[in-house]
Amino acid sequence: MNNSVIKNIDWLTVLLYALLVFAGWVNIYSSSITERAGASVFDFSQYYGKQLTFIGLSTIFIALILAIDAKFYQRFSGIIYFISLASLAGVFIFGKNIAGQTAWYNFGFMSIQPAEFAKTATALALAGYLSDSQINVKYFRDQLKAFLIIGTPIVFILLQPDPGSAMVFTSFFLVLYREGLPSEYLLCGLGILTLFITTLIFGAIGVCITVFVLLCLYYLWRKRKKKMVSVLPFLTLMIITILVTSSVRFTFDHIFKQHHRDRINLWLQLEHDPEKLREIRRSIGYNTYQSESAISSGGFYGKGFLEGTRTKGGFVPEQHTDYIFSTVGEEWGFVGSTVVILLFCFLLLRILFLAERQKSKFSRIYGYGVAAILFSHFTINIGMVIGLLPTVGIPLPFFSYGGSGLWAFTLLLFVFIKLDANQINEWEDLKEI
Amino acid sequence: MRKLLLASIIILVALIYTGRLAYLQLISGNRDSPLNDTAIKQVYDYPERGYIYDRNGKLLVANQPSYDVMIIPREVKPLDTVEFCSMLDISKDDFVKKYQKAYTYSPRLPSVFLPQLTKTEYAALQEKMRKYEGFYIQKRSLRHYQTSHAANIFGYIREVSEYDLRHNPEYMSGELIGKQGVEEYYEDTLKGKKGVKFIQKDRFNREIGPYKDGLYDTLPVQGKDIALTIDIDLQAYGEELMVHKRGGIVALDPKTGEILALVTAPYYDPALLVGRERSKNYTKLYYDSIAKPLYDRSLLAMYPPGSPFKALNALVALQEDVVTPHTRIMCQNGYYYNGRRLMGCHCGGGSRDLKTGVALSCNGYFANIYRRIIDKYPTSAEGMDAWEKHMRSFGLGDYLGYDLPIGKAGRIPDKERYNQMYGKGRWYSTTNVSNAIGQGEILTTPIQLANITAAIANRGYYYTPHILKSVENKPIENPKFTTRKNTTIDSENFKPVIDGMAQVYTSGTGRWFQIPDVNIAGKTGTAENFVRIDGKRAQLTDHSIFVAFAPVEDPKIAIAVFVENGYWGSRYAGPIASIMIEKYLKGEVTRKDLEKRMLESSLENEYAKPLSGKSFAINE
Repeated sequence: MNNSVIKNIDWLTVLLYALLVFAGWVNIYSSSITERAGASVFDFSQYYGKQLTFIGLSTIFIALILAIDAKFYQRFSGIIYFISLASLAGVFIFGKNIAGQTAWYNFGFMSIQPAEFAKTATALALAGYLSDSQINVKYFRDQLKAFLIIGTPIVFILLQPDPGSAMVFTSFFLVLYREGLPSEYLLCGLGILTLFITTLIFGAIGVCITVFVLLCLYYLWRKRKKKMVSVLPFLTLMIITILVTSSVRFTFDHIFKQHHRDRINLWLQLEHDPEKLREIRRSIGYNTYQSESAISSGGFYGKGFLEGTRTKGGFVPEQHTDYIFSTVGEEWGFVGSTVVILLFCFLLLRILFLAERQKSKFSRIYGYGVAAILFSHFTINIGMVIGLLPTVGIPLPFFSYGGSGLWAFTLLLFVFIKLDANQINEWEDLKEI
Repeated sequence: MRKLLLASIIILVALIYTGRLAYLQLISGNRDSPLNDTAIKQVYDYPERGYIYDRNGKLLVANQPSYDVMIIPREVKPLDTVEFCSMLDISKDDFVKKYQKAYTYSPRLPSVFLPQLTKTEYAALQEKMRKYEGFYIQKRSLRHYQTSHAANIFGYIREVSEYDLRHNPEYMSGELIGKQGVEEYYEDTLKGKKGVKFIQKDRFNREIGPYKDGLYDTLPVQGKDIALTIDIDLQAYGEELMVHKRGGIVALDPKTGEILALVTAPYYDPALLVGRERSKNYTKLYYDSIAKPLYDRSLLAMYPPGSPFKALNALVALQEDVVTPHTRIMCQNGYYYNGRRLMGCHCGGGSRDLKTGVALSCNGYFANIYRRIIDKYPTSAEGMDAWEKHMRSFGLGDYLGYDLPIGKAGRIPDKERYNQMYGKGRWYSTTNVSNAIGQGEILTTPIQLANITAAIANRGYYYTPHILKSVENKPIENPKFTTRKNTTIDSENFKPVIDGMAQVYTSGTGRWFQIPDVNIAGKTGTAENFVRIDGKRAQLTDHSIFVAFAPVEDPKIAIAVFVENGYWGSRYAGPIASIMIEKYLKGEVTRKDLEKRMLESSLENEYAKPLSGKSFAINE
């Protein structure tokens, strides 16, 4: 690592990263400290002590990442990707089954979740593939290959099964879109999602009729404007609608598991039987209810560091991991929670800004991938904690307790910081020549 | 455009989430007080209830610890039920029933498994209890009575009911509240103030530690000790005199309005309403619809006052100047109007002045002067108004305002009543002449009778009767009880009436139970009474009534005695009043044979008559 790297690093991103990690640790400390007074922050039997170790080790990681030549990441993106796929496959042989998921390698003192690292690997592979000047995602053949790069890890992860992590991978489509993927894909995806949700709420027939009426109105409007009217897209859309809506019930009832159904029922408030709804709320909705009420109880300024009564009482399950944001809400109030959201928002926008600034296509695509992954984690996690999205168990980047997660996100982000620093470096090299 | 999509979504999501947070943290939710937090448990520290003393400083009511076996169903581990049940002296079925009841209430929260163990039971259990997880013993404080009398005055304490909880938000389920008597009336004084500790809980409802190191905690404030105006020896004596009789005795100190004794018969031991047997005993007392031991006759029973009321009519007649003490009226063994006999008389007939009229309880005399009072005015209605005003000034016809939670207003008839009964202008003094002798529409409670006696003893004024003497040795200052209430009768008018009442003892209806060396003034009464048996109106043996005060020169006690179906005034009520007065003034009763007769006599066969289903004779 030479001086120019340190000089060229985007320190603002590093600062945002450091702030988030620090804030995360403070809240892990608060949510896992016990009444034993005077316990050292280095108490490694406690979560906060362990997390401190993970954070310390991250700095070594960061140094390593920055020390490796930037070219390495592009050149070996394919190999890294296949190693990652192998590790995903290996988990079924060597992995440990925790709570019905075969998603972890157990190393005694800690567990590693390969899916966390597969995000970095996939982002690298996607960037590597798309940065080839021969590849253009406007072409179907290239689209297919890109989809394959994204889809393979999804399949492995779904088999574990870990639908939350799998869902995160779909955010790569936003990267493809940036690189020229026709907007029909996104519209189609959005459309199917909308149809799925509306069908669950209003039923298949209602949705079909609504879509039909809307399409007719649209065509009549086109006609009045004396614009071309063709029947084929009309029919195609109608057939897709009918196919999707009619398969929703089947998918929901037979492919989804009971706990998925319950979570969606609760989210969309599909259950009308108050007795059953109460039952769901008590079991499935318990976490959300507790985290929501912990957050509400924080008020404007919050109850103060270590003063969160729900946090102290351990009312919110998994508070140091997936539900860490509820600690922020209770102890730091609206002010603290907004600051955290703003920090994430700034970090993501900063990454996007840096990505757009990249000269190299590889760096840009990778940067976009980083932003997309972090964004989906942020959205799904906080959305779940504040009760806007159904329960999906994925961590809040840099915040949640866990070495595996922290390192994976650190790796993801700092590879990009290295690429970014190096790009300026290249430019200076050119100047010297 | 493509460059901006992700950035826009990021900003949009951040805005939506901030909005949601604003809704959660700034709009919804209850953040008024951290103490409303479900994660904070409030543990109450109950103060000891104030002790109750009598007027001479004798301890009447103290406290005793009681121990409840509590259960937290979820924490109960498999146990040796046989051993456990035999230890608590319950059956296996009881165990299952109690466990299920507690579980239904809440698996997590403690509830009472077996209430109110005695100290000895507790001592035996204390060590072994630790073995049984999910069970523990909670100490509570119950009343410990130092006397077996005055239950009607004390009232009792019990667990708050649903009704109390709804109407009194300061109480919580399982707390104790005073019911009836001074326990209810002086609840706020006796109760004290509970202390509260705020404790941080975890999600399993386990305690972690004090919330904010006890910043919001408060200490309990002990309940205040109170002293009553009653003389417990007199009270106990009165209750014993009334054994096997029904009725009430009210003794007042005329100088202050203090209630010296408030006896209702039959009485019960206040200790019956304490401890594990409380509800069983209460039910037993409650459902005794014949003797009605829970019915405080001294405060609630409304009887026609009978002859003692004549003293009031004499006072009103003097005040209205319709007679002088020397006005003589001829009694013809009754009162006749237009040749029709309106009432009989037992005085023997002859010429009566006020003094002998009172002393011999001459019906003829009083019917005459009553008519004079009413007919003094142009219309009977106006006469009735004047009469009613005088009567009400003695505290009749309305609640007296004493400091006990129950009471009856009694009844003094007014013109409206007769207008309703007979029509406006269609009734005359002859219509309701029975008011002259305390019958007719008049109803009084024993405490009202005692109060008018006190007013006569004081020659024209009274203090509202009250039961509270001092709080924490500080005499009461409530102006309601310390201000003198004047009657509408001038004090010089009392002398002839009191002379007549004194003569009752020397040569009148009470001459058989004078107290040696003490001058008493009194008045006998005999009141007819009727009941419905199988839908038919039947007359029962007359009630025996007596009012008296003594000594005449410097009254220290005013008393009213009412004995249901006690034949006539001088047969039961008179002697009882007499020996009560002697007991109070001298500390002991010299007339042992009279005392013995009263203690041993029984009216139970009178009370059995209307229940026998057979026809029976009365007043024999």
